[in-house]
Amino acid sequence: MNFLVEFYAHHSRLLDEIGINALLALSLSVSLQAGQLALAQAGLAGIAAYISAIASMQYHWPLVASIVLAVACSTLVAALLAYPVRKLRGIFLAIATVGFGEIVRVIINNLNVTGGAEGLSGIPNDVNTSDIYGGLALVAVALFFLSRTKFALAVALTREDEAAARGVGVDTGMVRFASLALGGAIAGLAGALYAHSFYFLAPADFGFGRMEEILVWCVIGGVTSPLGAVAGAAFLSILPEIIRGLADFREITNGIILLAVILFAPGGLSALWRTRRTAIPRDA
Amino acid sequence: MPDALRLDGVTVRYGGVTALDGVSLTVTPGATLGLIGPNGAGKTTLINATTGIAPLAAGSISLGERRLDGQPPYRIARAGIARTYQNIRLFGTLDVRTNLAAGAYAQPGRLSDDAARALLERAGVAHLALDTLASALPYGDQRRLEIARGLASRPAILMLDEPAAGMNPAETARLVTTIRSLATEGIGILLIEHDMTLVRAASDHVVVLNFGEVLASGTPAEIARDPAVVEAYLGTTEDIA
Amino acid sequence: MIAQQLVNGLFLGAVYALFAVGYTLVFGVLDILNLAHAAIFMIAAFAAYSLVAAGMPIAVGFAGGVLLAGVAGILLDRIAFAPLRRRNAGTLVPLISSIGAAIIIGAIARGIYGIDERHFVPGGIDAPPIHLGSITFTAVEAIIFGTAIVLMLVLSYVLRATTLGRSIRAVSQDRIAAALLGVDIERTIAATFFIASALGGAAGILTGLEYNSVSIDMAGSIELKGLAVIILGGMGSITGAVIGGFVIGAVETLAIAFGLSEWRDALTFGVMFVILVARPAGIFGARALRNA
Repeated sequence: MNFLVEFYAHHSRLLDEIGINALLALSLSVSLQAGQLALAQAGLAGIAAYISAIASMQYHWPLVASIVLAVACSTLVAALLAYPVRKLRGIFLAIATVGFGEIVRVIINNLNVTGGAEGLSGIPNDVNTSDIYGGLALVAVALFFLSRTKFALAVALTREDEAAARGVGVDTGMVRFASLALGGAIAGLAGALYAHSFYFLAPADFGFGRMEEILVWCVIGGVTSPLGAVAGAAFLSILPEIIRGLADFREITNGIILLAVILFAPGGLSALWRTRRTAIPRDA
Repeated sequence: MPDALRLDGVTVRYGGVTALDGVSLTVTPGATLGLIGPNGAGKTTLINATTGIAPLAAGSISLGERRLDGQPPYRIARAGIARTYQNIRLFGTLDVRTNLAAGAYAQPGRLSDDAARALLERAGVAHLALDTLASALPYGDQRRLEIARGLASRPAILMLDEPAAGMNPAETARLVTTIRSLATEGIGILLIEHDMTLVRAASDHVVVLNFGEVLASGTPAEIARDPAVVEAYLGTTEDIA
Repeated sequence: MIAQQLVNGLFLGAVYALFAVGYTLVFGVLDILNLAHAAIFMIAAFAAYSLVAAGMPIAVGFAGGVLLAGVAGILLDRIAFAPLRRRNAGTLVPLISSIGAAIIIGAIARGIYGIDERHFVPGGIDAPPIHLGSITFTAVEAIIFGTAIVLMLVLSYVLRATTLGRSIRAVSQDRIAAALLGVDIERTIAATFFIASALGGAAGILTGLEYNSVSIDMAGSIELKGLAVIILGGMGSITGAVIGGFVIGAVETLAIAFGLSEWRDALTFGVMFVILVARPAGIFGARALRNA
């Protein structure tokens, strides 16, 4: 028992990070499973993080209310974003969503209420590790139940072959919209929890660099696997801690692992537990 | 009595090209309509127009009382139109069971394994294991799996786009039996084919398309004797006599 | 006043165009969005810096950096893209692969140079301003602008008038047909990467000279702006990349002139977003490669 307490004391920060990263990875995974390379999740998380922080700090909203507000906002923005990009596929969707993320970054950078480039500090630090993992568990359970529904089949078919999916009666437009909105909700939860856990926000926290990181987690874990996304996030968050001596080589290790997965093991970590062949969508 | 599929004066244009010009035909439930014509005559365009992929410049398409043209493809599929593709579009990385479940997507409830096997039986591939990856199947089995997937949606109309491509005569003969038996079930079948043996054996009625227009229409025997049709096929290796 | 702003926009746009041309060239020929292009932009600048710091004249540094960039491009293709071609992996997989390569290149650069900013000329480049009517600029800016233009003209010539250029255009239009016509596909692709990366590297060195600053995050801004440029111009279109580069340069400079400096990135990406939604093909878009 003592060991656990000690372990927690030393590593609580890391555990928090892993939990948040797992949520972010799941938010992207939801889009990837539908075959959409929609790289908006970092920006959406950022929106939620700032809204949640501002609601707590300036308007003294209680924690849960501010989180709910933040998630509602990120979901709404995701839903609104889904409309103009509904005809975009593959690289064009990816670029459009990256552009969205950049616009969000600039807006955050320029507003007074967000603290601008200096960032926002002094956010009430009232989210602890069990809150984060509670949130993660909630999302995991919800996604699990969702995976048993026909919607999950619709998502897989949309990813595999959109035209053939329509040919069997799947409303692929609705699938794409729903997956983007759901991703927005999960990213929003991650952002809000992040704000109250790390109690400092900067515009760069949720920029393209972060988005790339999330993509790397998902690819390493297995692009079409939500469990893989979590595993990838956990693995890459823990890796620098394990290889303490290689802390300086963290970045290059990430890059090499990513390249190795793409070239030699495209199924990622999920290939370890999946029996059948999985493939990264050719063009999404 | 299930609904018939009617195309009335259907015209489709791509860029400057008129792919279909004033085409009218009817697919009757319980009967097979063969659609033949040289390459580029507009056969696949006709299927694309019916399934909502290609917009109409003029004319109408209806299933019974219900207008189909202008509807999004997924609604048309749900209305009871199923199709196979010239270049096989199965969900390759998914297994046989899931491909069939995909076909049954719009049907209420889940597709049981028994129901799945019944579909495979009707399509003539009862021997397939439900867990096999679709892309791992031999070519002929893939074509039939596509048909089974089409059947899973309990269609009023099933459109087959060159289902015999790449098949040997024995397999083609088996396909005739399958198509005939499906028609007996009450499905209206539109059969696009180049293989004239198949068309003659499987169709009750044939429409000949050329340059996007209906060149001739009648029983297989009548079509074989039609001089305009013979002329259109002169110089090709197809034997229609 | 407006004239000065336009000139500023031209200078900025020229470098954007030079960078974007390499981006769009690879996309036009291979349908790959190479996100490691910006990393090569950066290491070329460092290579030039190292040569200059070792006592070489700037021209030698420039040539060396450009050469290194070209070679790096060929290596990049061999390691990160060629294996994927063999297994016919589509367009998204190479994108992710390029991210991996970019991370590795960045890590190597950081390992060698650290995170500090380096300067081509310690203490600043002494460049007296030149006045032309109401317009003011320095000799350095003029040389940078001229170099960028010359390089783009050279590219245009190569694509239009040389055998290699014809091979590149053939491969970009129809790889299978080109192979049937006897074009050595892999060599053509290698040459494409050499040229594209050399131009990207040149843009990096010129940018380093412009601001007298080389750092591992110097490509952060242009990495994404380059996307906006090629989207505006049309993916795969060289002419589009050039025009797009100048348009974006003008948009940003005018934004600064009208006091919207902090919002200029939002404007650039806003324009890009609108283009994607309204006319994804961009101004000159089509998948085939066009030359200037």
